[in-house]
Amino acid sequence: MSTETVIAFIEQRENEIKKASLEALSVCVKLADKSNKKSIAVLVGGTFDSYDKISATGVRKIIHVTSPELNLYSASAYAEIFANICKEETATLVFFANTLLGKDLAPRISVRLEAGIGMDCVDLTSEGQEFIATRPIFAGKALQQFQVLTKIKIFSLRPNVFPVVTPGSSPDLETVRKDSANNNLAIKVSELKKASGKMDVSEADIIVSGGRGMKGPEHFPLIETLADTLGAAVGASRAVVDAGWRPHGEQVGQTGKTVSPTLYFACGISGAIQHLAGMSSSKFIVAINKDKDAPIFSVADYGIVGDLFEILPLLTEEIKRVKS
Amino acid sequence: MNIGVCISHVPDTASKIKLSEDHSGIDYTGVPFIINPYDEFAMEEALKTKEKSGGTTYALSLGKDTVKESLRKALATGIDEAVHIKTELELDSFSVAKNLAEEIKALNLELLFLGKQSVDFDSGSVGQMLSELLGMNCITNCVSLEINGTEIKAEREIEGGREVVVTALPAIITAQKGLNEPRYASLKGIMAAKKKTIAEKEAVFTDSRINVLKYLSPQGKSSGKILGSDAGGVKELVRLLKEEAKVL
Ligand SMILES: Cc1cc2nc3c(=O)[nH]c(=O)nc-3n(C[C@H](O)[C@H](O)[C@H](O)COP(=O)(O)OP(=O)(O)OC[C@H]3O[C@@H](n4cnc5c(N)ncnc54)[C@H](O)[C@@H]3O)c2cc1C
Repeated sequence: MSTETVIAFIEQRENEIKKASLEALSVCVKLADKSNKKSIAVLVGGTFDSYDKISATGVRKIIHVTSPELNLYSASAYAEIFANICKEETATLVFFANTLLGKDLAPRISVRLEAGIGMDCVDLTSEGQEFIATRPIFAGKALQQFQVLTKIKIFSLRPNVFPVVTPGSSPDLETVRKDSANNNLAIKVSELKKASGKMDVSEADIIVSGGRGMKGPEHFPLIETLADTLGAAVGASRAVVDAGWRPHGEQVGQTGKTVSPTLYFACGISGAIQHLAGMSSSKFIVAINKDKDAPIFSVADYGIVGDLFEILPLLTEEIKRVKS
Repeated sequence: MNIGVCISHVPDTASKIKLSEDHSGIDYTGVPFIINPYDEFAMEEALKTKEKSGGTTYALSLGKDTVKESLRKALATGIDEAVHIKTELELDSFSVAKNLAEEIKALNLELLFLGKQSVDFDSGSVGQMLSELLGMNCITNCVSLEINGTEIKAEREIEGGREVVVTALPAIITAQKGLNEPRYASLKGIMAAKKKTIAEKEAVFTDSRINVLKYLSPQGKSSGKILGSDAGGVKELVRLLKEEAKVL
């Protein structure tokens, strides 16, 4: 076996391991096995009794760096710790999940490792030492296919695109736990403010979005009830965010969040190019709009042309009925 | 304090993106360009900070001669000085950061603002790379910012909430929507900006760590099914979601 390794950064928040990190780790393990290199999962912060979720991917080594100071994100400390591990382990290939933490950290690591980097990749194929990666640009209006030219290569993978693969724990799994002192806390998260228990569009498997066709913020309970029934997140068009009907964290589109859930409902949304850019890579799209010529129908798998004030309550009832 | 803002000159978000015939590039013919929308928030924050604590504001942009249009707009909006770093090449994020870093050092900038990403290539990496190259503290995706002396407290948007982040100057802040309400250029500003000179520098770092093989168009969907707008249509929709799409 080569002494070179393939490493995935595993993100935890409040001791919860991100699913997107397990997706990145699954790619890491697959490519490591293929090139006869050791796969390593690196976790910073948090307190864990078991690493079951991580080991289930078949990874060969888990490195967990702990300190109470590191439970919340510190860009400076995480960058230093993770880049040093990559160097010690002679990583040639490094993976991140393109979450908000991954987006923040990965470019810092690329400078420290003198590695070329591809952000937000949605496809990665390998031929021997060569990798061809694909990433959406212009919020998905086009795609770019590229190679990374440096010896060490970093790829940050878009969440919800690559599957989590769990062949089971590797028989020679090695687990290392290190306490970390003298952390560089020049940049430090001092507090986590959670939006009141709501699911975020960027992490949701189903999204129900409302646009100007909702006529006013007082009608959004129609959207929220459907979302609750489905266990979905609530999204919004920019028009309703700018009007102050919804918080900007819910905005989907080129200047909001780019999402690719399994199922996306667009209710009273016309489908402006900036909105489509952020959601057209969803696996299934349902459009409800009273205008049969609305551009949203050009990307929809299923559409209903009609008044959403009549359709949404019927839809919520029918889904409840089917689910029970 | 010397305050900088990096400006990316990007296709208007309303424009369709057309690929060149051989898919080796993007055909920008006839496409109108604007200041990257997130850079508008960055610029506003630079102006607000100057109004509060004094100093000089600089706008920096790298690219072809056309980026001067956006620099001119920045001057019209109230930025004091503009620097154009010239290159005809499409560089990767790292070379962009390397070139900007040279200029940021030369201008002795203590505080730098960028948009959280440029809505053309969407990498969102330049701020963090600059922080590593220059030893400045970088907070990305900020929706609020307070500066007290050399101390900085910002809130960055994350999945399902916000992180309160503390750091110190010299610093780099990347702006997310919500940070502020960008102002418009005044008529007086537009007139004054016409007379200002934009400094020119040549980009010195031009090797890329990435090799673009080709560009692709996203796969279009085959046209969807339109269902009735009555209770029957809704029933059919739910049946299809369950049995055909298998997503319920
Ligand atoms: C720089 C820039 C960036 C932008 N970024 C984004 C972005 O990130 N995300 C985004 O969403 N937009 C973005 N936009 C705005 C975008 O151009 C559109 O203005 C916006 O998406 C429109 O929102 P909407 O579909 O809710 O409203 P509208 O376009 O007004 O559409 C409302 C729709 O509701 C339908 N409707 C009305 N009543 C009913 C009813 N009773 N039942 C059923 N249907 C009904 C109408 O037929 C219509 O299609 C951006 C614009 C700019 C200039």
